[in-house]
Amino acid sequence: MKNQTVKLAAIGLAMAGLAQTANADTLRLLTWGGYAPEDVVALFEEETGHTVEVTKSNNEEMIAKLRATGGGGFDLAQPSQDRITGPQLEFGIYKPIDVSKIDQGQFIQSMLGATMANTTVEGEVYGVPHVWGTSGLVMDTKAAGDIVKDYTDLCDPAVAGKVSYRLKRPTLIGFAFAMGMDPFAAYSDADAYGEVMSKVEAKLIECKSNVKTYWGGGDELMGLVRSGEVVASMAWDTGGWKLNADNPDITFVAPASGALGWIDTFVLPAKGQSDNAAYAWINFVMRPEIAAKITAAAGNFTASQGADAYAEDALKARYQASFPPEAVDNIKWYPPVPAGLEAIEGGVLDRVKAAQ
Amino acid sequence: MQSGTRLGFYLLLTPLVLWLALLIVIPHIDMFLVSLRERVGVRQYETSFANYLTFFTEPLYIWTFVRTAVMSVLATIITLLIAFPVSLYIAKIARGRLGQVLFVLCLIPFYVSELVRTFGWMILLRETGLVSNLLQWAGLADQPVEMLYNDAAIMIGLVYTSMLFMVVPLVTTLESLDDSVIEAGYDLGGNGFSVLREIIIPHAAPGIVSGSIVVFMLSLGNYLTPTILGGKDSLWFTEMIYNQFIVRFNWELGAAFGFMLLILSSLIVWGMLKLTRQSLEETMG
Amino acid sequence: MTPDLECKGLTKRFGDFTAVDDVSFSVPAGSFFSILGPSGCGKTTIMRMIAGFQDPTSGDIEIKGKSVLNAPPNKRPVNMVFQHLALFPMMNIADNIGYGLRRKKLPKDQIARKVDEALDRIGLPGIGNRKVDELSGGQKQRVAIARCMVMEPDVLLLDEPLGALDLKLREHMKIELKALQTAFDTTFIYITHDQSEALVMSDQIAVMNEGRFEQTGTGRDLYYRPDSAFVAAFVGESNRWRGKIERVQGNEMEMRTDTGMLMRGATHGRSLSAGDSADIFVRPEAIRVTRDATELEQFDNRITGRVTSLLFNGAASRILVRDATANEEIEVNLPQSGEYASLARGDEVHIGWSGAQGNCFPVGAD
Repeated sequence: MKNQTVKLAAIGLAMAGLAQTANADTLRLLTWGGYAPEDVVALFEEETGHTVEVTKSNNEEMIAKLRATGGGGFDLAQPSQDRITGPQLEFGIYKPIDVSKIDQGQFIQSMLGATMANTTVEGEVYGVPHVWGTSGLVMDTKAAGDIVKDYTDLCDPAVAGKVSYRLKRPTLIGFAFAMGMDPFAAYSDADAYGEVMSKVEAKLIECKSNVKTYWGGGDELMGLVRSGEVVASMAWDTGGWKLNADNPDITFVAPASGALGWIDTFVLPAKGQSDNAAYAWINFVMRPEIAAKITAAAGNFTASQGADAYAEDALKARYQASFPPEAVDNIKWYPPVPAGLEAIEGGVLDRVKAAQ
Repeated sequence: MQSGTRLGFYLLLTPLVLWLALLIVIPHIDMFLVSLRERVGVRQYETSFANYLTFFTEPLYIWTFVRTAVMSVLATIITLLIAFPVSLYIAKIARGRLGQVLFVLCLIPFYVSELVRTFGWMILLRETGLVSNLLQWAGLADQPVEMLYNDAAIMIGLVYTSMLFMVVPLVTTLESLDDSVIEAGYDLGGNGFSVLREIIIPHAAPGIVSGSIVVFMLSLGNYLTPTILGGKDSLWFTEMIYNQFIVRFNWELGAAFGFMLLILSSLIVWGMLKLTRQSLEETMG
Repeated sequence: MTPDLECKGLTKRFGDFTAVDDVSFSVPAGSFFSILGPSGCGKTTIMRMIAGFQDPTSGDIEIKGKSVLNAPPNKRPVNMVFQHLALFPMMNIADNIGYGLRRKKLPKDQIARKVDEALDRIGLPGIGNRKVDELSGGQKQRVAIARCMVMEPDVLLLDEPLGALDLKLREHMKIELKALQTAFDTTFIYITHDQSEALVMSDQIAVMNEGRFEQTGTGRDLYYRPDSAFVAAFVGESNRWRGKIERVQGNEMEMRTDTGMLMRGATHGRSLSAGDSADIFVRPEAIRVTRDATELEQFDNRITGRVTSLLFNGAASRILVRDATANEEIEVNLPQSGEYASLARGDEVHIGWSGAQGNCFPVGAD
């Protein structure tokens, strides 16, 4: 009798497990805030019958999470295009994308081509583009517009105690460009890169007393700028545009040395279980009208061909104000980060943080 | 009967053993093994103590640890200095309902999450915050005062977060002190100071020590408060561990840091117990 | 000679409640003075006022003729042995005893010497390094007294210090406390609800009830000549009957209990008159029991009844006798000379007592 029950229970469990794998129609999406708005998720679920579980994160956490599970736990992730080859070589957390399952016609071709090239490891493509944007300077143009033209101007005594930036790698890269160096050119040569970074380190340490605080999250920065405690900061373009909606003096400005361009992608985690749902999601959100919804939620434009037509006029106007044509040409797109560079940057960031 | 009680004993012990093994021992062994890996190339690792060597050869890491430890000790002392009179008042002066109400008041901040509490402090201390405005309104400051992003702000946050963990053991031990023992202290010629020094503090010593250990470990292991309130100068050891794990993808060094934190903090606690001539058995007993 | 302690009109109110109501007494030097009363009668409040832990609402406390009202507890020449002794558990025995001396800033060698002397006096030499919880109850007791006595107080207060001890030890400590008091030659004020402790040790006993002293006197006075019904009932044991006085003639009186028994007794100078409602108390040991009615002829109260219970308690064994007419149970001491060893339930006995042994009080007079 007892044995019978145990057997039944075992069969039940096994069937439940089978059922799980057979109808793998739950898409576990690891993404950024705003990239999977509720209305888009609802439309997708209605159309395809799949369900979507959204986990919000950032580049580093995405990679750390996938590394911890060896690429499991999620079916689709969205790291930036420069953070794919390095972690893939080092940790093997992604699996190649079958580009034939993607409706390539929906993409802006140049962006698709560049991203695929940047995310190719050993002949396999690992990423396709989704959302792109830049980081540069968010400032109160009345208070700081005349002083701050580039990242290094954040160290100007005239704005002492009223500036902020993140203590993360984009700041290092941005300062390097503003100091007249080309860190991307030094990517392949660790020694040369170390040299660039040590100069940046000296500059950041010198600049430390000018900084009010190193911001950590987008909300924190918004609070600082909105309250007027910070008049200029290195930040994402969307942050500046959001603040601009409340206060026309505040906006995003492309720095003289060029804004830093990033592209967030779609990648398949190595142990993803529902690739079909993942491909369906990619093809779904790249439709121009859906992509426009994501632009409205995230504030950034997508790699969807023709989505501009659906975008809000106000956002377009802000974009054009921040990016005159020459500034667009001057955008520095992140090339793939070779594995191991983070160690050099990490040392710099630690020492800057520790400096008095 | 005999075997029945033995079975019961093992059944009761199982959850504890599972808890210890699955959630504490095994992860630590795994972490230790990770900390012994040295990255020599892409996906190539060797067993070595290189990560520990990094900790000891890079002054920055040692300095960060020392700073974290000193700040935590300081936070523990300040917490004790504030919590002791409060606990004495709750346990010995405000009896009955008032004592309970005060105790609950100490507890209330812990109904909200640590993040919310820390943001609360940000609202108070920031340049455009309440305290700054009050000071200006009172004429004590002629321009906005920034009280965030420095060590004092970290200290305020740590002490505030730790308060309850000091008050609870102190109130418990102080309540166990018979009032007549205090009265006997006065009756035999003692004044407030000597009664405090010779009777109340020695009696409360186990509570002081256990509270201090908890507060010290909590402060040392705190991540949110120093990072958020400390801003550009936070420099906290746990932040460094987080950075190694999450930002630098350097699990090996992060694991070594984690182990150093475990070892060094245990050493500090042991040293303090020796210094105050308390034993862990007394404190826990 | 000035008394060691004198309380004048001492009163303590807590809100509407009067804990101590206009109490005055004085304690001569070197005597053992007990305050005996049920719990809640205010005796502890008196002691705490003398020690200085509470301020009287009105009245004065003088020690050796000087008011101590303005002195805090640590400045009064009075020390206290607490109910649960309140030894300092965090110190060893020597440090416990030396605590007060350290407060007096005595040099170290002198403290050590005095502590050793005190340990010798209480018969526990060489235990200075022990911890408090290594001592037996009786030893702790003695240490608690020594801790106070090294201070050479004018008055030593003891707040039911034997309460926590078991019976055997309590009996022993009663004798020892008295001996210690004589040895130290210090005035002891002793608080207890246990009449036997008070009776055995004290030179003077004050019986306290509801914040007032009912009677102050020697143990013998209280036992044999209680001033009030409360004292008669509280000190020692008694048969108690309520009834109406039928006749008073000089020192003699007669009263009929509510159940109809006729009692003859003496007024002992109390104002009693016919028609008064009164309580009469007769101690079990004042009643004679016999099988032969003729032996009781010299007693003016004689009753015949049957034994309803045998209460064996060694030397203090008693029987309950039910009166045949009034159906009233009377407690009687049983002589242990052997003649009543065969007494059994239901046996008929005769009991009798002299009227002078009874104490009668008008109801409501106290």
